[in-house]
Amino acid sequence: MITRDDVEHISWLASIKITDEEKDEFVGQFNSILEYFHQLDEVETEGIELTYRVVDLANIFREDKTSRSLSQDEALKNAPRRENGYFKSPRIV
Amino acid sequence: MLAHLKEQLSAGSAEDYLQSLFMKIKKSKLNAFTTLAEESALAAAREFDKKPWGGLLAGIPIAIKECISTKGIETNCSSRIMRGYVPPYDAHVVERLKAEGAIIMGKTNMDEFAMGTSTETSAFGPTRNPWDLSCVPGGSSGGSAACVAAAEAPCSLGSDTGGSVRCPASFCGAVGLKPTYGLVSRFGLVAYANSLEQIGPLTSTVEDTALLMDVIAGHDRRDSTSAEKGSYLPGLEDGIKGLRIGIPKEYFGEGVNNEVEKAVWDAILKLEDLGATRREVSLPHTKYALAAYYVIAMSEASSNLARFDGLRYGPRSGEDKDWHTTFSEIRSQGFGPEVKRRILLGTYALSAGYYGRYYLKALKVRTLIKEDFLRAFKHVDLLASPTMPIPAFKIGERINDPLSLYMADVFTVPINLAGVPAVSIPCGFAGRLPIGLQLMGPHFGEATVLRAAQAFEEATPFHKARPEVA
Repeated sequence: MITRDDVEHISWLASIKITDEEKDEFVGQFNSILEYFHQLDEVETEGIELTYRVVDLANIFREDKTSRSLSQDEALKNAPRRENGYFKSPRIV
Repeated sequence: MLAHLKEQLSAGSAEDYLQSLFMKIKKSKLNAFTTLAEESALAAAREFDKKPWGGLLAGIPIAIKECISTKGIETNCSSRIMRGYVPPYDAHVVERLKAEGAIIMGKTNMDEFAMGTSTETSAFGPTRNPWDLSCVPGGSSGGSAACVAAAEAPCSLGSDTGGSVRCPASFCGAVGLKPTYGLVSRFGLVAYANSLEQIGPLTSTVEDTALLMDVIAGHDRRDSTSAEKGSYLPGLEDGIKGLRIGIPKEYFGEGVNNEVEKAVWDAILKLEDLGATRREVSLPHTKYALAAYYVIAMSEASSNLARFDGLRYGPRSGEDKDWHTTFSEIRSQGFGPEVKRRILLGTYALSAGYYGRYYLKALKVRTLIKEDFLRAFKHVDLLASPTMPIPAFKIGERINDPLSLYMADVFTVPINLAGVPAVSIPCGFAGRLPIGLQLMGPHFGEATVLRAAQAFEEATPFHKARPEVA
């Protein structure tokens, strides 16, 4: 069972502030969805490999050559706040 | 249809045709489009009329799903958190379309970040089904399917993470293909669950889907999972004599609407008439596909959507507080309820203590589901089933019960887990609502899938039906 406190903790981990109403709504919904997920417990998976991806491609290399990338202006064009050619973030400390 | 349109445009006026589409869209009640690229598209059409260029799609307008990057045209995944974002580059598929002469006419509505089966979670409001305005068009590529079905666009691109091309194709009576994982580059596709998703065409005919695949498939070094392409138009008419079709018994019976089941069986019998053989097969882990899919998709989403913080694009208002508070508030206001649900559940499934129980377990079940398909394809060339267990449902009917919405994806998600290709083609009606037949093939078996779809389409009238309400 997932509790209201769990939902609050997950929302902190996910960096999404949620309201009290959302917490109430999510507790019920999450429990019914997780209960549905628990049917996976029925499947015998001893010794079964993990499938992270379905194509057998690994270690795709490219030449280590420079090429044209976005200009600083193009890269910053969509930023809501910028300063001196940088993205402006909130204070970290 | 596109081949014919191409001739008409070269002989007539691409500008007039495009204008007529834009007029139709502006009067439309469907809400299929989020952004119309009128200025750039009409300018391109005028240039084309002055001096027509070549290419497989010369002069043909195409609509693009909101989550596929289009240089200079807003791309916001139907989410408030990306409002106003104008990509400085094109997705690989958009580069390919332009290189073959297509004109990008606008962006289509979708479930927010492609998370949904109904296009109701869009920040722009729901898209309506052209066959019945009170019904959903399916999702998440609901706008891309509805605009094609209602002839507001001759063709479009969608994306399919767990059925998002095939579901709306089924609900709107269009052709929609989910290609083999890796066949179409995901460069420029905004990631939701990147081990599952592929971009795919939505069109009125199988031939048009084959044509678009000839354009968009192929290797791109910017997507490390990208494979070499095949060829789809040549051989499309070769027929299906001797083709072995498997009927997965888990895809019929309980939970499938009677009219859907009957239409799909009629379709299978028609394929037999056309020379195919049929046998029952079993995909024994089908029952667990939905749970495995949602655990994996939500886990990947929680990681992929961590990048949306309002720093590099998107709305950011008010005074900045500390780092975590500022981003938590931006994300709180920017994401809708379904996106929050999936990020939070994914975060939970990946968190310490639960990682093994949910995420790793789901990856093992994914292996078993993939093996089900590989085993079946040793004995048959294709599998046939309903695309969706039900016809389109009413707007508002399921949106407040997330689990009941997830359940509708039961026959589409196994395909994404296994990475195999599948097409949905119209095969009948329940009342006036279209029904889709799903044909699935082995990895890189698109040519066979489309050949069978073409044989069926040529022998049946369903793709010719057009909605009246649009």
